[in-house]
Amino acid sequence: MESSAGRAATVEFDQVSKRYGGSAKAGTPAAVNDLSLSIPAGRICVLVGPSGCGKTTSLKMVNRLIEPTSGRILLDGVDAAGRELTELRRGIGYVIQQTGLFPHQTVVENVGTVPRLLGWSGARIRERSEELLGLVGLDPAKYSRRFPSQLSGGERQRVGVARALAADPPIMLMDEPFGAVDPIVRERLQDEFLRLQEELAKTILFVTHDIDEAIKMGDLVAVFEIGGKVAQFGTPAELLASPASDFVARFVGTDRGLKRLALSRVADLTLHAAPTAVVGSDAGEARRRGLAASFQFVLLTDPANRPLGWIDAATLPESGPLTEALANPTSPFVNKRTTLKDALSLLLDSDVQVGIVTDRTGAVQGLVTVDMIAERMREGHIAPAYLVDAPPGAPADPAE
Amino acid sequence: MDSVVNWFLDPLNWQGSAGIPNRLFEHVSLSGAALLVAALIGLPIGLFIGHTGRFATAVINIANIGRAIPSYAVLVIILPVSLQISPEYGLNVIPTFLAMTLLAIPPILVTTYAGIREVDRDLVEAARGMGLREPQILGRLEIPLATPVIVGGFRTATLQVIATATIGAVVGGGGLGRFIVDGFSNPSLPAQLYAGVILVAGLAIGLDIVLALIQRRITPRALRGPLDRWAGPAEQASPADSPGMG
Repeated sequence: MESSAGRAATVEFDQVSKRYGGSAKAGTPAAVNDLSLSIPAGRICVLVGPSGCGKTTSLKMVNRLIEPTSGRILLDGVDAAGRELTELRRGIGYVIQQTGLFPHQTVVENVGTVPRLLGWSGARIRERSEELLGLVGLDPAKYSRRFPSQLSGGERQRVGVARALAADPPIMLMDEPFGAVDPIVRERLQDEFLRLQEELAKTILFVTHDIDEAIKMGDLVAVFEIGGKVAQFGTPAELLASPASDFVARFVGTDRGLKRLALSRVADLTLHAAPTAVVGSDAGEARRRGLAASFQFVLLTDPANRPLGWIDAATLPESGPLTEALANPTSPFVNKRTTLKDALSLLLDSDVQVGIVTDRTGAVQGLVTVDMIAERMREGHIAPAYLVDAPPGAPADPAE
Repeated sequence: MDSVVNWFLDPLNWQGSAGIPNRLFEHVSLSGAALLVAALIGLPIGLFIGHTGRFATAVINIANIGRAIPSYAVLVIILPVSLQISPEYGLNVIPTFLAMTLLAIPPILVTTYAGIREVDRDLVEAARGMGLREPQILGRLEIPLATPVIVGGFRTATLQVIATATIGAVVGGGGLGRFIVDGFSNPSLPAQLYAGVILVAGLAIGLDIVLALIQRRITPRALRGPLDRWAGPAEQASPADSPGMG
């Protein structure tokens, strides 16, 4: 079971159904109904939907905690049903909501669970466990010997992820892995996990009932509806821009426009150039420049091009040097990685509705405005697919 | 009261086959044998029905019926049969032993089952999902976590068996019950009756303390008592998010 890092496998559901209680009876409601999904290697596919929609059942059919009634699940093209059960499971990372950490074992023992099953040497298990703890942001020296009861909820989730990664499985199944922590910790764990995934590039099936989490975490999102059917399968952007049905539209929420903003970052915009003036330079020149422009403010910067604040050009003296005292330092700051949703929120919240985009060193890169964000949204607008076949008399779609 | 003290101080009561040491030995060895056999029967069945959940209701109900039958009745019912089988031991040893064993099985079996069932099913499923085989789930997860409960069942069984071993004396057996039965039937020996009661109670309490220590000793460290006693610097773990961990 030696494995190289970054290995991933494709996962394919081929007409998979699961019925409980006498599969022969035609009337039995299906937990999962004729599910066909194809997930490319190295991607995160989120299964999202209301309770009882079959998303967890679908997940558990991959590591065969639940056996499908019909259909096949192919991992790298090989039918999971044909593989030896424990061998299959040891090659699939599994993270559940309550983390499932063994309470009587230390963190390092928990992380070493699967390697121990695979018969790794003690030294190798320890080395791997410590490496993984570091990877999920827990100092091995501090955490190795602790028991799960001595960890916070967020720390437990990290250990749960480390344990699932222990034998470097090509596939990970995550069942509401961040569901049991508070929203702030959840967001941090999500961000860290996405960063980790950039390196690991595992194929991940991720179950959640939270559409925001689905949009954030998923390369692909499968929206389940009651009855174990997939209502739509696509990228988060596709889902938000053109929900396939009324159900999906309602599930993604009426604020899906705002949610789409969360998918774009400031880096995706063409920024306005900032009318900057370096502190100590001539105030008269800055005044003339400001008054000549449609936007009569000047952004004062230090010699390293870091912003100090806005100055209304009309208030500037005709001569003399620009000083920091003239500048109003209240202005929203964003960087290129800020999502448009966050940027918009910052702008709406501020008296100055112009955001200053800075780079890593804090130097000004340009400006962002509410209008630019709105423009961006209009460009990307696609009519919901379920409106395309609307009856005559419905408002015509401009894209058609 | 003085007469009881005097009885204990009488060297004659510490000698020979009718002395305290020998009666104690008889009592403990018979109880021990009954507990051992009860464990050999009750533990595997409890583990099996606890882990698989199969036949659980039926088995637990039968065990509880067993609990309801008075030991004395068992003794009397078995007597004619055991006399047929072995004239030598059939009168006292075999009936007493069987009655005690039947009494000890239910607490061991039922608590073993309950201890295993109490292990968080999500935890078991996580273990299964990671590729532990069923015996590994039982051995590495369920048994360690159920240990405190299982040992608790042993404590109950031990107390009952020690107390019940006294009835062996009714059918002519040895053990500490001899002192009680003989003291009861001979009004000139009231001190012996009370001494017998004290000895049985003392033995039961002493063994219970020993078992309590063992119980604590073999309970996984993380599951013992208040955590703050050995936890490191003030832990962030809030009590609120602990229970879900099983």
